[in-house]
Amino acid sequence: MTGTILITVACLVALGLLFAVVLYFVAQKFKVEEDPRIGTVESILPGANCGGCGQAGCHAFAENVVKAPSMEGFFCPVGGNPVMTKIAEALGRAVEEKAPMVAVVRCGGTLASRARTNEYDGYASCKVMATLYAGDTGCKYGCLGKGDCEAACRFDAIHVDPVKGIAVVNEDNCTACGACVKACPKGIIELRNKGFKNRRVFVSCINKDKGAVTRKACGAGCIGCGKCAKTCPFDAITVENNVAYIDFTKCKMCRKCVEVCPTGAIHEVNFPPKPKIEEKPHEENV
Amino acid sequence: MKKTFRIGGVHPHDNKISAEAAIEIFPAVETAFVSMAQHLGAPATPVVAVGDKVKVGQVIAEPSGFISGYVHSPVSGTVKSVGPRADIAGNLVPHVEITVEGDEWLEDIDTSDTIVKEIPYTPEEILDKVKKAGVVGLGGASFPTHVKLAPPKDKKAECVILNGTECEPFLTSDDRIMRERPQEILIGGAIMMKALGVTRGYVGIEENKPAAIASMTEAAKAFPQFEIVTLKKRYPQGGEKQLIDAVIRRQVPSGALPIDTGAVVQNVGTALAVYEAVQKNKPLIDNVITVTGKCLPVQHNYKVRIGTPMSKILEVAGGVPEKAAKIISGGPMMGRAIANLDAATVKANGAILLLTDEETRRRPESNCIRCSKCASACPMGLEPWLLNKLSRAGGMYDELEKERVFDCIECGCCSFTCPAGIPLLDMIRISKAEVMKILRSRPKK
Repeated sequence: MTGTILITVACLVALGLLFAVVLYFVAQKFKVEEDPRIGTVESILPGANCGGCGQAGCHAFAENVVKAPSMEGFFCPVGGNPVMTKIAEALGRAVEEKAPMVAVVRCGGTLASRARTNEYDGYASCKVMATLYAGDTGCKYGCLGKGDCEAACRFDAIHVDPVKGIAVVNEDNCTACGACVKACPKGIIELRNKGFKNRRVFVSCINKDKGAVTRKACGAGCIGCGKCAKTCPFDAITVENNVAYIDFTKCKMCRKCVEVCPTGAIHEVNFPPKPKIEEKPHEENV
Repeated sequence: MKKTFRIGGVHPHDNKISAEAAIEIFPAVETAFVSMAQHLGAPATPVVAVGDKVKVGQVIAEPSGFISGYVHSPVSGTVKSVGPRADIAGNLVPHVEITVEGDEWLEDIDTSDTIVKEIPYTPEEILDKVKKAGVVGLGGASFPTHVKLAPPKDKKAECVILNGTECEPFLTSDDRIMRERPQEILIGGAIMMKALGVTRGYVGIEENKPAAIASMTEAAKAFPQFEIVTLKKRYPQGGEKQLIDAVIRRQVPSGALPIDTGAVVQNVGTALAVYEAVQKNKPLIDNVITVTGKCLPVQHNYKVRIGTPMSKILEVAGGVPEKAAKIISGGPMMGRAIANLDAATVKANGAILLLTDEETRRRPESNCIRCSKCASACPMGLEPWLLNKLSRAGGMYDELEKERVFDCIECGCCSFTCPAGIPLLDMIRISKAEVMKILRSRPKK
């Protein structure tokens, strides 16, 4: 009995050793030479494998960036500038600083400002809802609030606010990987410049209907009146298809457009509470 | 042995509770809203202006492309506005709004009840008349009929199949017209056979409509070219490809058109519209709409002028009962929930169905248990569970194309049969739309 066990164990050990030797030589023979820099770059990368850079993951990004002659066209939105500088240092290349970006939801149609005209009873997914009909409000461009962006986000940075009924970005968590931009069937979410001190001015509406139609459907929609474009001293605002758009590369954040917008469709975020509120009555007194 | 199609299919309860309600003429409305997008293809271009006086049957819009159609005024009166208005899905579509004044018809329309049997027209004249009358497929897809009656030169039509299956539960409008106007339907079918140059015709009717089968069989005695085929009750037998398989035992290959099997399928409602267009010069301005639902005390089959707001129809039918939770245009399997009750009817509307909360409740979704019910139910031989997985994974369009997602006819058998309550069709539909977009963007060989 013991003899059988011993023979079995001995055989297995012998086989194991034999295979180990064979495998060692085979591995030596067919060794794939990998640039050691790929490993270095990969260790610098955040390792989220989110695909926000446009590559198939962090390893693919490292491989391609090492192969490429320069850093141009490569940017890790999650790591941002610090990571890109480190990678450039490791590869001995120069890198241009990119302005940090953030996802912006361009719909201000909250439950309060946009009346529900019907009740959606289907599968809770924006994509499914968008294939079925225009939506549960009078606006067919607005946020459907079923949370496809929330499901796509790997950084817990975007949520559908139950009170507002629309998606809201948590900018501290947002890495601008762009997953939500792809997930949104209505194309509402845009990556915009994070801006100085995170301050931004943007048109929170993409409704292309004529002004009267938009107004009927939503109290916070852009009616394409063009007041903002006329007011803007920097030519940053264009009105096309009945909707205004602020080019963030030209915008100097003077916020004149915010004041003239009749529907409040232009949003300003992270600006300090206006000292102007005090100024205004002062001016009137004079 | 009654015939049926060979792959897949399900057996929902047929609920034909409105089958005994004879067709009533719907009372005149005050304002009609006529949509310019009542057919598959490009919306028609309005040719009337605000303030114009129109008569019943007058052309108010002309086709704006090859696959497009004429639209006629369903009422007489004054054009009040031409502009966008929300359809049942809430999308803005150009409409012509007409304030109704009296009921004055164009002179050359024959409004009498006499049945005209003789077909003195040549195929070209028939096609022209059908086109000018704005006839579209009334089975649901609203494909312009004149396009279907003129197959490409290299394809040869061998027979016409009239579709009287009405396999969707609840719907009874086709049943009613087959009972009440069988002769006209068969003449319409004979006209289409003449246009196509074929001598064989079939009428496929499911066994749950014995009265319609009896009346069509009786009428077919005078039309020896037609064979009335009694089919087993099975959904989606009214699908074009399923009906061809059921009646003449030929299957449409993946990616091919039904005409490749030599069959041209037309709904019985379309046949009636063709009869009226060719023999009576009457364009397609009204259709039969079933108003039904278990929560409704009285069921109706109305002959409604196109452009009547849905809300008006429900009002006349006795109002929306409190119990109704969902109002659907069409049947419970393929119909769409109406998001906007003020939307006006279009040519292809066949029913307004009211369902209670209980009837519309979904099964809670759980994981796939690999029972393969969806694969056996799919009438196109697809694997819905796999398409669902690929669709959810995102971006796997090559694989989806390989699995022939574009063959899906969106009949809903998979979702209906899934014991795990997975929204299979919803998921397939989103990726089908993406794959179709990719296929269309590819250069043609």
